Amino acid sequence: MFQIRVHGRGGQGVVTASEMLSVAAFEEGRHAQAFPSFGSERTGAPVVAFCRISDREIRLREPVVEPDAIIIQDPTLLHQIDVFAGLKPGGYVLLNSRHSIEELGLGDLAKNFDSTRFCTLPATELGLKHVGRPIPNVPLIAGFAALSGTIRLESVIMAINEKFKGKVADGNIAAATEAYELVKEMMNPHPTSPLKEEEHA
Amino acid sequence: MLKQTEGSKAVAEAIALCRPEVICAYPISPQTHIVEALGEMVKAGELTPCEFINVESEFAAMSVAIGASAAGARAYTATASQGLLFMVEAVYNASGLGLPIVMTVANRAIGAPINIWNDHSDSLSQRDSGWMQLFAETNQEAVDLHIQAFRLAEELSMPIMVCMDGFILTHAFERVDIPSQQQVDSYLPPFDPRQVLDPADPVSIGAMVGPEAFMEVKYLAHAKQMQAIERIPQLAAEFKQTFGRDSGGLIRTYRAEDAETIIIAMGSVLGTIKDTVDEMREEGHKIGVLGIISYRPFPLEQVRAALLHCRRFLVLEKSLAVGMGGIVATDVRMAVTGTGLKGYTAIAGLGGRAIPKSSLHKLFRQAEKEDLPPVTFLDLDWEAVNKQLERERLTRRSGPAAENMLHDKGIVSAKFG
Repeated sequence: MFQIRVHGRGGQGVVTASEMLSVAAFEEGRHAQAFPSFGSERTGAPVVAFCRISDREIRLREPVVEPDAIIIQDPTLLHQIDVFAGLKPGGYVLLNSRHSIEELGLGDLAKNFDSTRFCTLPATELGLKHVGRPIPNVPLIAGFAALSGTIRLESVIMAINEKFKGKVADGNIAAATEAYELVKEMMNPHPTSPLKEEEHA
Repeated sequence: MLKQTEGSKAVAEAIALCRPEVICAYPISPQTHIVEALGEMVKAGELTPCEFINVESEFAAMSVAIGASAAGARAYTATASQGLLFMVEAVYNASGLGLPIVMTVANRAIGAPINIWNDHSDSLSQRDSGWMQLFAETNQEAVDLHIQAFRLAEELSMPIMVCMDGFILTHAFERVDIPSQQQVDSYLPPFDPRQVLDPADPVSIGAMVGPEAFMEVKYLAHAKQMQAIERIPQLAAEFKQTFGRDSGGLIRTYRAEDAETIIIAMGSVLGTIKDTVDEMREEGHKIGVLGIISYRPFPLEQVRAALLHCRRFLVLEKSLAVGMGGIVATDVRMAVTGTGLKGYTAIAGLGGRAIPKSSLHKLFRQAEKEDLPPVTFLDLDWEAVNKQLERERLTRRSGPAAENMLHDKGIVSAKFG
C-alpha cells in the first residue's frame, strides 16, 4: 500500500488533490481511498488530506501517520508544522515553490532524504499560467506522478476531465502536462532510453 | 457502475435510485453533502417526481417527513449529532405513528464540548425511539443498506436510520458500485402505504391513546422489530441475488471460526480491526471479529451464537454510557447471559479520536491475556484527566474543564490526526 499525505492551506484545493489522486489510481484499476483531515477548514488555515493506493481492498481507516510521499502545497507551512513527520525512509517529497531546495535554504534538511525523490515545482505559477488561478493542486499531483511513477499522467488527465469541464479542464490538463514534464526534466536531466522511461512509469 | 466517488455522493445517488418523493433537510456536518447532492439532482430535473423542501430546522425536517409519509409519499431526510437531538420529539412520533421514513445519520459526537467529528453517540441516543438502526462498514455498504432500508421500512411500516461514520465514510473517496435503476426497481417496489391521509377516504392519524391501548401500540413497535430480525437476513439474501453482493444482514463474522478472542464493533472501524486481526493471525493469535450491522433490532440470538465457542470477547465501541460504561457492550452482555464468557469493553474514538492499528494491537493482546479492566478507554490521556481532577481538588473555582484541558495540551484550536 502506498500512502500519500497532502499538506496545504484552506482554499488551495488540498482535499481535491487527494481525491483526484484517488480517482487517477482508480482509473488504473487500483483501489484507492482519499479522505480529509476532517478539520473545521477555513481559508488560510493548515489543512491535511490523505490518499492510499493499493492493489487490494483498503479497509484501514486510521489517518496516514507514516506516508510514502508528502506533497506540500504551501512552503510557508515548513515554519509552522512538522510536515515531514513520519515520512518513511526513501519517501517522496514534492514541494510547491519556484525556488530550488538550495535556494529555500533546505539543503541541510534535504540531506535526510533521497535527493532523487525530493523536488520543488512552481505549481502556483503553473496554475496562474494555464488556469488563471493560483491553485497549485493539479500541477502538484501531475508532478507527483512524474516524481514517484505511482500513477500515470494519462490517469491524472482522466481525473481532471472527471472533475472539470471545458476551458477549466483544458487549462488544468495543460498545467498538469507542463508540471509532469518539468519534474521529469528536473529529476532526470539526461534523456533516457524509452525502455528506462517505461520502467519508471 | 463502479466509480471512485465520495461516500456522501454515492449515498445521494443511491437515494435517488430509490425514487423518494419528498426530501426534506436542514444542513449539518457531516451530513450536508448528501442532501446538497440530492438538492442538485432535484433542481436539475434528474430526480422526478420529487419535492426537495428546505426547512428551518431539524425538528421541521422530521415533521415534514412525517407529513409527507402520512400522505403516502416515500420520504427521506438526513441529519447528525445536535441535529438529531433537535428533532427527537418528532423522531419518536415517526415510529409511534408507524411511518416508514428512511433517514441517514452521518454519525457525529454530541456536544458539549462542541465537536463535529465522528462517534456513535448521536444515533445510539435514539436507541429506544422505535427506529431501526443499521450500521454501514464501508461506503458500498452505506449505498446498499439504504436500498434495503426503504424495502424493510415500507414492508413493516416502521422508520429506519442508516448510520454511516461521519467524515470517515461520508467524506471518503473510495470505490463504490452504484447499481442501475433497473436493479433497484426490481428490488424495491413502489411505496404501498398502510395508512394514507386522503381527502377522498379520510382517516385521522395520531389519535390520543390512553392506558386502555397504549401498551398494545407500543408492543406493536416491538413486534415489528422482532419481525425485522427475521426479514433483515432474508432481504440481504435477496439483495445478493439481485445485486451480486453481500451487504447488510444482522451480523457479520470475520476469521471467527476458531477464535478464542472475538472483537465486536459497529461501522467503519471494523476495517481497521480486520487489518489488525489479519496481522495477529499471521503471528498465530486465535482472534476474530464480529461486526454488528443491525443495532436495532439487536440480534441477541445471533450474537450469542457467534460468541458461544470463544473464550472471551471485547466490545470496542464509539459510544459511552456515562456512569455505566458501554452502550453496545450492555446489549452484547445481555446476549451472552449465562454463558460465563469473559467480556471486556473498550470505549474508543470519541469525538473523532483516531483509532490506530498500533493501539488496537496493544489492546487486543491485553484482551487475549484477560489483562484488562471491565471498561477501558483507548488512548485516554490520563495525565490530562488527572491534572484537571487535581485542579478541581485544589481549587473551588477551577474554571471550565474543556478550556483547561485544551490549555494544558497547548492547543489553540481543535485538530485531528
